[in-house]
Amino acid sequence: MQKKKEKQEQKLKPRRPTLRSELKKNGILFCMLLPAVLYVLIFNYLPMPGMIVAFKNFNYGKGLFGSDWAGLKNFGYLFKTGAIWRVTKNTVVYNLLFIICDMVVQIAVAVFLSETLGRKFKKVSQTMLLLPYFISWVVAGAIVYNLLSTDYGLINHILTANGKEAVNFMNTPRYWPGLFVLFHVWKQLGYGSVVYLSAITGIDSEIYEAALADGANIFQRVFRITIPLLKPTVIVLLLLNVGNIIKGDFAMFYNLTGNSAMLMDVSDVIDTFVYRSMIQTQNFGMSAAAGMLQSFLGFGIVMTVNTIIRKVEPDYALF
Amino acid sequence: MKRKSGDVIVFNVIGYLVIIVLALLCILPVVLILSGSLSDNAAIMIHGYSLLPQEFSLEAYRMIFKHPEEIAGAYRVTILITVCGTFLQLAICSMAGYVLSRRNFAYRSRFSFYFFFTTIFSAGLVPWYILCVQYFHFKEHPYLALVLPSLFSYFYVIIFRSFMSEIPDALAESAKMDGANEFVIFLRIILPLCKPVLATIGLFSALHYWNDWYNAMLFSTKRANYPLQYYLYTVINAANALSNISASAGIIMDSLPTETYKLAMTVVATGPIVLVYPFVQKYFIKGMTIGAVKG
Repeated sequence: MQKKKEKQEQKLKPRRPTLRSELKKNGILFCMLLPAVLYVLIFNYLPMPGMIVAFKNFNYGKGLFGSDWAGLKNFGYLFKTGAIWRVTKNTVVYNLLFIICDMVVQIAVAVFLSETLGRKFKKVSQTMLLLPYFISWVVAGAIVYNLLSTDYGLINHILTANGKEAVNFMNTPRYWPGLFVLFHVWKQLGYGSVVYLSAITGIDSEIYEAALADGANIFQRVFRITIPLLKPTVIVLLLLNVGNIIKGDFAMFYNLTGNSAMLMDVSDVIDTFVYRSMIQTQNFGMSAAAGMLQSFLGFGIVMTVNTIIRKVEPDYALF
Repeated sequence: MKRKSGDVIVFNVIGYLVIIVLALLCILPVVLILSGSLSDNAAIMIHGYSLLPQEFSLEAYRMIFKHPEEIAGAYRVTILITVCGTFLQLAICSMAGYVLSRRNFAYRSRFSFYFFFTTIFSAGLVPWYILCVQYFHFKEHPYLALVLPSLFSYFYVIIFRSFMSEIPDALAESAKMDGANEFVIFLRIILPLCKPVLATIGLFSALHYWNDWYNAMLFSTKRANYPLQYYLYTVINAANALSNISASAGIIMDSLPTETYKLAMTVVATGPIVLVYPFVQKYFIKGMTIGAVKG
């Protein structure tokens, strides 16, 4: 899209304007863009040379550039201990689970909201569904505690009242993959269903009328019309998510488990690992190495996916 | 009215059931916290949490407001960073969006790429953290450390840009004829037309600052500078809170901090959002749908 426009502009103008003439003509525009440019320069581009810390034995006193070189030791450590495999696997698998489960529930809710419900009911239920979106993960962590704590939690309260034994959720890894998915769906449900609902309301109502005239029942209308026509929205959202597949939701994993050591095997994602190695064990080199792998892997994934899409369905390409 | 056929009735029943169950699941955890905070602490120790208050008591709130200095301080920090952060973010992103929407700006696509690249590749947490702490001394400037890190978002710039490029050029052109410069055009003509987007993005931004605890965890060293959510985080994670509260002089409580105290603190910290969002959610919904289409 953008490239096409640019090409047209070049055709219209005989010569590409020089920087100086452009500065003179549009000086005020440059000034207005300056805060954003400077911000990104300082907080996004300036740290990039700092990535060399992954190859160093970082020492606060000696500073970033004065610290001794460590070669590939930091990376070697990550691979030898197997930490990098564990956290990368957790990150990717959880993100895939989140994408799929979120999508199924969100689309179902959007379809139900669009097809059946009265105005008032729609509004009230949508407000209720959006509540978790506005609550911070810190509060969600408090909710987990209320529900699952061994001594006071509601779930264990119900279990013991029914003569069953209490479950120590905070120390039992096998419950957590399900719990993470549950809470992720819970938090994103309102947002996602709003997005899909707006896509559904954008569908031409004549299609439904025609189907109705042909005697299609409501299930056929949903599965043959609504869901296939959501394809573009689904693809756009999928692509946006694929770019982030290597980024773990730090706030969620950190708060829901309270950074519990017992649950590390199932709750440690790249972002929590990087944070913990940096702040708690002060191992700047190793956490930078993990972060660097994450950055390059993420970049590689986005580039690959985008290249493939440009060949298959150019309309959906991100850039 | 047409008579509803069997399939529609079945579909309706399933639909209502699913929506009601999910909507309840969304609000029940919040009800759980509210009723817990209104319960008697001893009753919770015996019976555990429940959906209705047990032995209604305002003791937990009384305990919070007996020494309101800390929570008031946290509120002050949060309100300050929310107001400043939101205002600055709107200013920076709307100006950038305006410039990138101007067709007479030749370097449009180059600057777009300059911003876009940072969304697909980043240096990662560690180099950024070292830069912020060692070179910019964020730990000595608590407010800067809480406002600056999330000040810019290319996503918001894109939303501004696409909204502004739909405003007819003729408006800006005629103002130019009258001798207005680009900044005046932006301020007097474009921005007033962007009120809905400003409201939407402003609210997203405010929500982000209000709920932010991450930057405080990274950079805040003094308890007096904690924003609300991070303050809450330390209270909830009792082990931290225990050492912190007893360390800070002047506050003496017999038992630290009780279950209901934590819940009441959660209510006090989250209350404003839960009360306000039903009235502003239409702006959020607008933003969510723009974001999905044009992101």
